[in-house]
Amino acid sequence: MSGLLAALRRIGAMTVDGVWRLGFAMRFLVAVLMYSGQSLRRIHLTLREIYFSGVLSLLIIVVSGLFVGLVLGLQGYETLQRYGSSEALGVLVALSLTRELGPVVAGLLFASRAGSAVTAEIGLMKATEQLKAMDMMAVNPIARVVAPRFWGGVISMPLLAAMFSAMGVFGGWLIGVVVIGVDDGAFWSQMQAAVDFRYDVMNGVIKSVVFGIAVSLIAVFEGYDCNPTAEGVSRAITRTVVTSALAILALDFVLTSFMFRGQ
Amino acid sequence: MMSRTTLDLWVGFFVALGLAALVFLAMKVGNFSGLNNAPTYVVEAPFDNIGGLKVRAPVKSAGVVVGRVAGIRFDAERYRAVVRLELERQYPFPRETIATILTSGLLGEQYVGLEAGGDVEMLANGDAVAITQSAVVLEKLISQFLFDRAAEGPAPASK
Repeated sequence: MSGLLAALRRIGAMTVDGVWRLGFAMRFLVAVLMYSGQSLRRIHLTLREIYFSGVLSLLIIVVSGLFVGLVLGLQGYETLQRYGSSEALGVLVALSLTRELGPVVAGLLFASRAGSAVTAEIGLMKATEQLKAMDMMAVNPIARVVAPRFWGGVISMPLLAAMFSAMGVFGGWLIGVVVIGVDDGAFWSQMQAAVDFRYDVMNGVIKSVVFGIAVSLIAVFEGYDCNPTAEGVSRAITRTVVTSALAILALDFVLTSFMFRGQ
Repeated sequence: MMSRTTLDLWVGFFVALGLAALVFLAMKVGNFSGLNNAPTYVVEAPFDNIGGLKVRAPVKSAGVVVGRVAGIRFDAERYRAVVRLELERQYPFPRETIATILTSGLLGEQYVGLEAGGDVEMLANGDAVAITQSAVVLEKLISQFLFDRAAEGPAPASK
C-alpha cells in the first residue's frame, strides 16, 4: 500500500516538475530573445559560437550526408530497377533528402555534436560559479553567454542541413551514375522536374530552422538549469541529447503533416 | 578596435559553404520556381472527370509548360469538376481553346493539355474554357472494350 502511494507520489512529482521546467524554459526563451539585441550588437560573440557549433560540425555533417546519400542510392536503385524505373533514382534521393532526411538527420547530429557541447559548457560555467561571478560584475550572463550560443545554433543549423542534403544528393549521384551507371541526363532532369524549390526545398529549410531553434533552446536551457555538480552537468548533457532527439522527431511529424498533406 | 581574425575566415567559409549548398539545391536539384513569378492569368475549365489530376500539375501546350493547375473544386450545381488554370501572361490563348486531361507515359502523372482554336478573341483573366475533354479512366475503357466484344457476338471458336 505504501509502495503504491510512493509510486503515485513520484509520478505526480515528475509531472509537476516537467510542467514547471517547461514553463521556466518558455520564460527563459523570452529572456534570451529580449537580451538578443544586446548580444547581437557584439557580433563577434555569436561568430565565435557559429565557429564552435557550425564550423566544427562540418566534418560529421558532410561525411554523414555523403554516406546517407550513398546508401539511398544503393537501396533506391535496388527497389526501383525492379519496376524498370531506375532513372527515378535522382527523384527518390533528392526528395527524401530535401524533405526529410536532410533536416532530421542533420538535426540529430547537430544535437549530439553541438548541443551537448553547449550544455556542457554552460553547465560547467554554472558549476564553477562563473555565471554568478558575471552577475556580480553586472554582466548579464544571458546576454553574454546564453544568447550568442542560442543564435549560433539557430544560424548554423539550416546551413548544415542544406550541406547535408547537397552532400547526400552528390552521394546518390556517385553511386547511381558513376558506380551503377544510371543515365546522367535522366538522373538530373527527372530530379529537376520533380523537386520544386518552394514546395520541397524551402519546406526543408523551414524545418531545419525550426529544429535549430528547438535544439539550441534545449541545449542552452539544460545547461543553465542543471544542478551545479559534476553529476548534474552530466545528466543535463544526457537530457539535451534525448530531449532534442524527441523534439526533432515530434516536430518533424507536426511540420510534415502541415506541409505535405499529399493532395 | 575590431580586426579580422582567423575565426572570421572560418565562419565566412562555413556560411559561404552553406549558402552554396542551398543554391545547389535550388538550381541543380530543384527547378527553382521561386523567382519564376511571371505574371499569370487564371482560366477555369470544367471537366466531367479529372481522373487523378492534382494541384500544381503542369499545363502544357504542344508539350511546353505554359502554366500550372492552381486549384480544383467541385461544382455542386452541375456536378462537374472545375479546374483553375494559372497560365503565364506571355502565352495568350484564343477563346476556342480545347483543354484535355492527358497522362504523360503509361504510368506518369496527369497534366492538362491545351490545344489552341481559331478564335480571334483571346482568353482573359477569369474566363472559362468552353470545350474540355475528360481524363481517360482505364476501367471505363476496359469495360467499353469488353462490351464491344460481347456485342460483336461470340468470337469464332478456334479449332
